[in-house]
Amino acid sequence: MTDFDIGAAGPPLVTLRDICVSFGGVHALDHASLELCAGEVLALVGHNGAGKSTLAKVLSGACARDSGTISIGGVEAAISSPRDARQYGIETIYQTLALADNIDAAANIFLGRELKTSWGTLDDLAMEAQARAVMGRLNPQFARFKDPVKSLSGGQRQSVAIARTILFNARILIMDEPTAALGPQETAQVGDLIRKLKAEGLAILLISHDIHDVFDLADRICAMKNGRVVATARVADVSKDEVLGMIILGKCPPGALAGPGAVDPSRFDAPAHTAP
Amino acid sequence: MKQSRLRLPALFFRSLGLDTRTLGLIATLLLIWVVFHLLSGGLFLTPRNLWNLSVQSSAIAIMTAGMVLVIVSRNIDLSIGSMLGFVGMIMGVIQTDLLPKLFGFEYPATWALTLAAGLTFGVLLGALQGFIVAYIEIPSFIVTLGGLLVWRGAAWWVTSGQTVAPLDDTFKLMGGGPEGSIGAMWSWFVGLGACAAVALSLANGRTKRKKFGFLPRPIAADIFLGAVACAVILGAVAVANAYPWPPGIVARYAQARHIALPEGGLFIAHGIAIPVLIAMAVGVVMTFLAKRTRFGRYVYAIGGNPEAAELAGINTRWVIVKVFMLMGFLAALSGAVMIARLNAATNAEGTLAELLVIAAAVIGGTSLAGGVGTVAGAMLGAVIMQSLQSGMVLLGVDTPLQNIAVGVVLVLAAWLDALYRRRTTSQGV
Repeated sequence: MTDFDIGAAGPPLVTLRDICVSFGGVHALDHASLELCAGEVLALVGHNGAGKSTLAKVLSGACARDSGTISIGGVEAAISSPRDARQYGIETIYQTLALADNIDAAANIFLGRELKTSWGTLDDLAMEAQARAVMGRLNPQFARFKDPVKSLSGGQRQSVAIARTILFNARILIMDEPTAALGPQETAQVGDLIRKLKAEGLAILLISHDIHDVFDLADRICAMKNGRVVATARVADVSKDEVLGMIILGKCPPGALAGPGAVDPSRFDAPAHTAP
Repeated sequence: MKQSRLRLPALFFRSLGLDTRTLGLIATLLLIWVVFHLLSGGLFLTPRNLWNLSVQSSAIAIMTAGMVLVIVSRNIDLSIGSMLGFVGMIMGVIQTDLLPKLFGFEYPATWALTLAAGLTFGVLLGALQGFIVAYIEIPSFIVTLGGLLVWRGAAWWVTSGQTVAPLDDTFKLMGGGPEGSIGAMWSWFVGLGACAAVALSLANGRTKRKKFGFLPRPIAADIFLGAVACAVILGAVAVANAYPWPPGIVARYAQARHIALPEGGLFIAHGIAIPVLIAMAVGVVMTFLAKRTRFGRYVYAIGGNPEAAELAGINTRWVIVKVFMLMGFLAALSGAVMIARLNAATNAEGTLAELLVIAAAVIGGTSLAGGVGTVAGAMLGAVIMQSLQSGMVLLGVDTPLQNIAVGVVLVLAAWLDALYRRRTTSQGV
C-alpha cells in the first residue's frame, strides 16, 4: 500500500488501518485509514456525522473498534481504553473538554495521574505548583486554581483541558474542535500553541470545522464523508474550494490521493464542470 | 491586604476543610440546641443529655460517612438498614452460639472474631451490590432496593426470627453505657492527642506551603484556628467527663471491687463513649479517604462527570465497587454498635435506618445529583437530626409529630441548600 505516503516525512508515527465501527446498523467508520507523522498537523475535516470524532475516539481508546489495526511507531498497539492510549503517549482534548466540573483546575489536570507524597497521599500542593507552571505558559492571567472548573469561563476551561495534555509529554495529540468555544484572541493562542507543539515534534490530529483554521495550521488534510476517507492531501496542493468539494461532494481533487470514500471521478468530468 | 483580612474567617474554615456551608450547619446545630434548651427549661444543654445525644448519633453518623461517598458517586444505597440487620444477626449468632461452642462463653477474643466476621460480611454484601451496579449496570436504586428486601429477609432467616441475647460482655462495650465509656483520664488523653494532631497538621501545612513557594497563612490565623479546634475538643471532653455514673451502678461497681462508698457517693465520670470514639475515628478516616487519596478524588470526579473520569483513564467501575464495599463495611460496623447497645440482635434492627442516613447526608449538604458533599457535613447532619429527635423527646412531643418535624426539616434543608448553591454559582464563587 503506497496510497498514504503523500506528504509524509519519514515513517509515520501513527497508522490507523481499515478501522470499522458500527453503531447498530449505522457504519460510523467504514474501513477508515490514516497516517500521522511526528512533527506534523493532520487536519481531519468533514460534515457532522462523517466519522471524524469517532475515528479520533478510536485512537484515544474512548471508542471500541469492530475491526482494523492501530500501529504506533510501526508496532501494532493494543488500545482498547483511554488508559491504554495514555500509555502510548496519546493525549486527547475532547470537544466536550471532559472536565469534572466539581473539582478544581489542578485536580482536573492531574486526574488519573495524581502526584503522591511519600506517604501515598495526594500531593495537592505539588500538583497545584505544577499546574500553576503549565497554566502560566498557556494562560498567564489564570489565577483561580482553587475554584471548581464549573465556575470558569469557556476559555479558561479550554486552557485547563489543554494543560492536561501538554503536562505529560504527549507524543500524539488529538484535538477535537479545540477552538469551538473560544473567542478570537483565545483561538489565536491555541493556534500558537499548536505550532509550538508541532515544532517540539508532536504528531497532532486536529479536528476542525473551520476551514481557515485548517489552512492556517495543518500540513495535510484528510476529508471524511459517511464514515469513509474521501481523500488526503497536502495543504499546499489543494485550494479551499477543493477541500469543500471533498467534504460536501466526496470528490477527490487532482492534487490529492483518493480514499475509499471518493465518489467516481467520472461523475465530475462532465463538461459543465469548471475545475481550476 | 485589606481584603485578605476581611476574608480571614472564610480562610479559617477553608483550611479546616470546612466551607461556608459547613459553617452554616454548625450554626444551625447550635441554634437547635439553644432553642431546645430554652423550651425544655434547661434540660437540653446538660452533660447527661449531650452525652446521650452523642451516643445516639453515633450509629447513624457512622453509616452517613459512607453514604456521602455513595451519593457523591451518583449512586444510592437503600439496603444498609437491612444489611445492618442481617449482619447484626450473624454477629449475634457468632458470639452467642458459634464461638462459645468452640471456646466457651466470655472467651477474650470473642468480640474481635465476631466483629471481624461481621465486617467481612458487610464488605462482601457491599461488593456484591457494587458489582451488580458497576459491571452489570443495573441502577443502584434498583439493586439496593432489592437488597433492602433480600437482606431483611435473610436477617429473619438466620434464626427464624428469634432474638439473639444476651451478647458477649466485651462486645457490649461498643454500645456505650457506663462500662462502654473510657473514663475521665483516657478521655483527656484522647482529647490531648487530638489537639496535638491538630497542631501537627497545621504546622505540617505551613512547612509544605513554604516548600512549594506558596504564601503560608498568617501565623495568627493558624494559631487562632488551632486554638478554636483545641477548645472545642477539650470542651467536649470536659462535658463527657462531667456526666457521672448513676449511683446504682457506682454502688455495684464499688461493691464488686470492695471499695468503701464515701458519704454523698462516688463521682465516676463516663468520659467519651466507645461508640462515639468509633464514629469519630470513622469520620477522620473517611475524611482522609475522601480528601487525601486517589480513591476519594476519583469518587468526586465520577460524581462530577462520569464520562470525563472514564476518559481520564480511571477504572470507574472498580471505584464504584469499592464505594459500595466501604458502605457495607460501615453498615456492619454500625450494626455492631447498635446490637451492642441493645444487648441483643433482632431481625428488625436498623429498619428504616437507610432513610435516616440519606436524610442526614442531605441535611449535611450532600447533593443527590452527585459530586458534592463532605463527610464532616454529613456527620453533622446526623447530629442535627438526632438533636431534633432527642429535643422533641425532652419536650414530650409525640412520635408521629417527631416524624413530621424531621420530614419537614429534611425538605427545608434541601431547599436551603439549593438556594445556597444557586447563589454561589451566580456569583461565580
